[in-house]
Amino acid sequence: MDINRLVESLHPLERKAVPFLSRCNNLKELMRLSQLSEAEAMRALQWLENKQVLKIHAEVKETVRLDNNGKVYLEKGLPERRFLDALRMKILTMKGLTEATGLSSDEIAVCLGLLKSKAAILIEGGVVSITDHGKKILDKEWLEEAFLKKIAGSDLGPDALTPEENFAFEIFRKRREIVKLDVDKIKRFELTELGKALVDADIEPKETVDRITPAILADGSWRNKSFRRYDVEINVPKINRGKRHFVNQATDYARQVWIEMGFKEMEGPLVNTCFWNFDALFVPQDHPAREMQDTFYMKNPARGKLPDHKLVERIKEMHEHGGKTGSLGWQYRWGDDPAKKIVLRTHTTVLSSHTLASLKGSDWPAKFFAVGHCFRNEALDWSHLFEFNQTEGIVVDPNANFKHLLGYLKRFFAKLGFPQARFRPAYFPYTEPSIEIDVFHPVHKKWVELGGAGMFRPEVVEPLLGEAVPVLAWGPGFDRIMTEYYGINDIRDLYKNDLSQLRSMKQWMR
Amino acid sequence: MPTVKLNKKVFNKLVGKELSDDQLRERIPMIGTDLEGIEGDDINVEVFPNRPDMLSEQGFARAFSAFIGVKTGLRNYDVKKSGSKVMIDASVKDVRPFTACALVKNLKFNDEKIREIIQIQEKLHVTFGRNRKKLAIGIYPLEKIKLPIKYFAADPNKIKFRPLEFPSEITALQILSQHPAGREYGHLLEGKEKFPFFADAGDNILSMPPVINSHITGKIEESTSEVFIECSGFDFNTCKICLNIIVTAMADMGGEIYSMELEYADGRKVTPDLDPRKIKLDVPFINKWLGLKLSEKDMVDLLAKMGYGFDMGFTLIPAYRADILHMVDLAEDVAIAYGYEKFDAEIPNVATIGQESEFETFRRRVSEILIGLGLLETSTYNLSNAPDQDEKMMTDFPLVELESAVNIDYNVLRAWMLPSLMKVLHDNKSNDYPQNIFESGNCFALDKDSETGVCEFCTLAVALCGPDTDFTRIKQVVDCLLSALDCRYVSSEAEHPSFIPGRVAYVSVNDTIIGHVGELHPQVLVNWGLEMPVAAFELSLTGLFKALKSRQ
Repeated sequence: MDINRLVESLHPLERKAVPFLSRCNNLKELMRLSQLSEAEAMRALQWLENKQVLKIHAEVKETVRLDNNGKVYLEKGLPERRFLDALRMKILTMKGLTEATGLSSDEIAVCLGLLKSKAAILIEGGVVSITDHGKKILDKEWLEEAFLKKIAGSDLGPDALTPEENFAFEIFRKRREIVKLDVDKIKRFELTELGKALVDADIEPKETVDRITPAILADGSWRNKSFRRYDVEINVPKINRGKRHFVNQATDYARQVWIEMGFKEMEGPLVNTCFWNFDALFVPQDHPAREMQDTFYMKNPARGKLPDHKLVERIKEMHEHGGKTGSLGWQYRWGDDPAKKIVLRTHTTVLSSHTLASLKGSDWPAKFFAVGHCFRNEALDWSHLFEFNQTEGIVVDPNANFKHLLGYLKRFFAKLGFPQARFRPAYFPYTEPSIEIDVFHPVHKKWVELGGAGMFRPEVVEPLLGEAVPVLAWGPGFDRIMTEYYGINDIRDLYKNDLSQLRSMKQWMR
Repeated sequence: MPTVKLNKKVFNKLVGKELSDDQLRERIPMIGTDLEGIEGDDINVEVFPNRPDMLSEQGFARAFSAFIGVKTGLRNYDVKKSGSKVMIDASVKDVRPFTACALVKNLKFNDEKIREIIQIQEKLHVTFGRNRKKLAIGIYPLEKIKLPIKYFAADPNKIKFRPLEFPSEITALQILSQHPAGREYGHLLEGKEKFPFFADAGDNILSMPPVINSHITGKIEESTSEVFIECSGFDFNTCKICLNIIVTAMADMGGEIYSMELEYADGRKVTPDLDPRKIKLDVPFINKWLGLKLSEKDMVDLLAKMGYGFDMGFTLIPAYRADILHMVDLAEDVAIAYGYEKFDAEIPNVATIGQESEFETFRRRVSEILIGLGLLETSTYNLSNAPDQDEKMMTDFPLVELESAVNIDYNVLRAWMLPSLMKVLHDNKSNDYPQNIFESGNCFALDKDSETGVCEFCTLAVALCGPDTDFTRIKQVVDCLLSALDCRYVSSEAEHPSFIPGRVAYVSVNDTIIGHVGELHPQVLVNWGLEMPVAAFELSLTGLFKALKSRQ
């Protein structure tokens, strides 16, 4: 790089560091010489490294140092010496030790053990006395003491210790806060050829403009000056944007697809009576889907109210003998109580039963849709959630038929990104014919099951609508479409709300 | 849904034609069953609950053979009169009132066939019989039984017999606690003064439906060639159809069906009755329903592929079909025989206007405004738990509770949104700060006046979490949001246990409080294990939407 351009691109921190680069080779020295803080000096070095002025090498250095107690002992003497000193003149009782020595009970315990093992004291009948050997060693400087003095004055690494010193070090390490091993990370640097040239260059000739400030603009001081060059190729710190949750991005898209196809949105509660969730849909009261293990029933409140008596009567007739539809019905005694149970909706089809009940003759032909959460009482694992997204569409049209159902479905799934769909017979208590929809996954090149559809049975439609108008209905799950799109393997990740996942998740782009 | 394992060799023989695995893979799903897979000689299929007659190898093969055009039309089964009686005592009326019975003779049992029969029985128990609650099936070796047979109810302390695979005789009541089947199905009889029993003419107990057979008189062995079959339950028609499913499968194994005379207190009935039910074929209705233009002949041919007969304008429905309630059920079978893959998909030219719910439009706009402020939207569950909703927040909201939730961490419906955001902050302590998040969603309160006893409303919560978070910052967000919505509001001093006293305000629109805004109490932060301040607000979007609408 041209040295002049390099000089122009120097940041003020780099400018402060450059004059000292030839006089030192590590971060600490540079800080001392340049009076830069650690963070500033480090940033300057990193930027200079980016500019290929120098190379940074990180080294780890271990140093043996005095810890808190070690510093105190260096000044006041080791506790064992003070202990022995106190015994020089008199015999002490165990109880009187604290007062006489001025040591803590922990320290006394250490001293007793230590001095006894050195045969410097004698403990008998609750009294402690010094031995002759004890008196003898009291007059010498101990190895441990010499060691403390030595490391206090130097930065020795563990490798530099003599075997005796190492022995003392190991003993002290077992005791509380006498010595420690400090691990220092040393940043050394080495100038490149470019760096050597930079150090020799004149870096102070021109005054350059750094940040453009309102003050600089106001006084025009930027005129006739050069601007410091920035490293425009540098990686910048990431910033975070505000963002919709990715699940909501996808469900909003589903809404848009429905609206484009002329459907009107249905709304309704998540908490329903079984009457709307099951009975109005001709699901018999002993159907396995109504059993506890699949369905979230409410403990408090446990029972709700049934709607208009006439409607209830019509539904009851339908279950018991098929009303006036010509159906046999399910042929059992329909009861109020199971219909009053409160349930978290098990499917968005409950919205269709509410909607059908609210329509009158002049309202159709009509098309409705819903997108929303449904619930299933099961344990969480990678492929099961107790809350799942379903999307639901119905077409109420006196001229609707099975071919239309297939037509709507094909178009709907094509808009969701699956141009190939195939249909298989299936079974739901409230539709006839019933369909299972498979779509061809364009990437994995295989058929994927996406949900159910059908034509509502007359036993469903007649009591709600007043006449048996054909109603086409489909209610595919939506989670699978989302997990496929976002590349999520564990379905729990849909609602993990890990902010870094939310921040980095790709945008819904269909 | 139950899966049935079919042996390919037996299946091919029953079907009368051998198809390649690929053909089976292609055709089996199109008859209305899920093919789980073909492995070696095993074909595993999942049968839908509307077709209990396909739960046996014989029944499945019968349907499939017709579907692929080998043996089409109604199968005729001969029922001979046995003249044998079953006396049904009036005492069963309050326990398990109905039974349908038959004899099947000339069976050649081997291990494989015994297993097959037990499979049919078990699959029917689970599905059609609703785990024996609605209906239970008993099959007994005829050579160990003295006819006629009695069906009666009696004090369970007074009846003793040796239940299947049990070493000794015990009382009927003891069976409920001592026998594995008793422990599994005993709840179906619990609390009844009398239990139902079958016994033979020699007063030997045959079984105690729906729990267990006798070891002596109720165990099928390879030497068995004649059996007594009973289906007992709460609905005579269901019992009859179930019996028909079993005896036709046994007839397909080579057995001969004999009827029995059931002496009920109110008259005599004879089972099994394999005469087909008749229903007038409504050709125009089916054509309209399916969008087809089939002639009567075409339709009859298609129905023959689904095992139906036809006579003088009437469809003959096999006596083992339980699912034909209405003409639409025939329409579906016509569609299946026609082939779902052969229908043209059409979109009719019907004009309707697409429309998003106004509230959803509003809710999305609110989200967009907040995103403009750099906030990140979260999406959490509607389900929560009492410690999160109340204890950690130092509040005392009444909660809507779920019954027997599998996950105890998710056993109530949330009363408010802020705890959900606090949980998100708690789960993200290792991520970068500031963490400024929001979410709107349903919350739930008890409400005696509503249909369900629950009132649902949508709320919006915003939480700012980071070293510089304070009351001013969060109130700025409220202010910015409401002014973007062109909504005047008043804030007034409030009290709320989750917030610092003196740093929480009500937010009111049109003199109605719609939420609160403030700095979270440090104790709440400690309860959530947070080491950063949080300032937050929660507003009722339902309330705000109403207020804005009322202005128009």
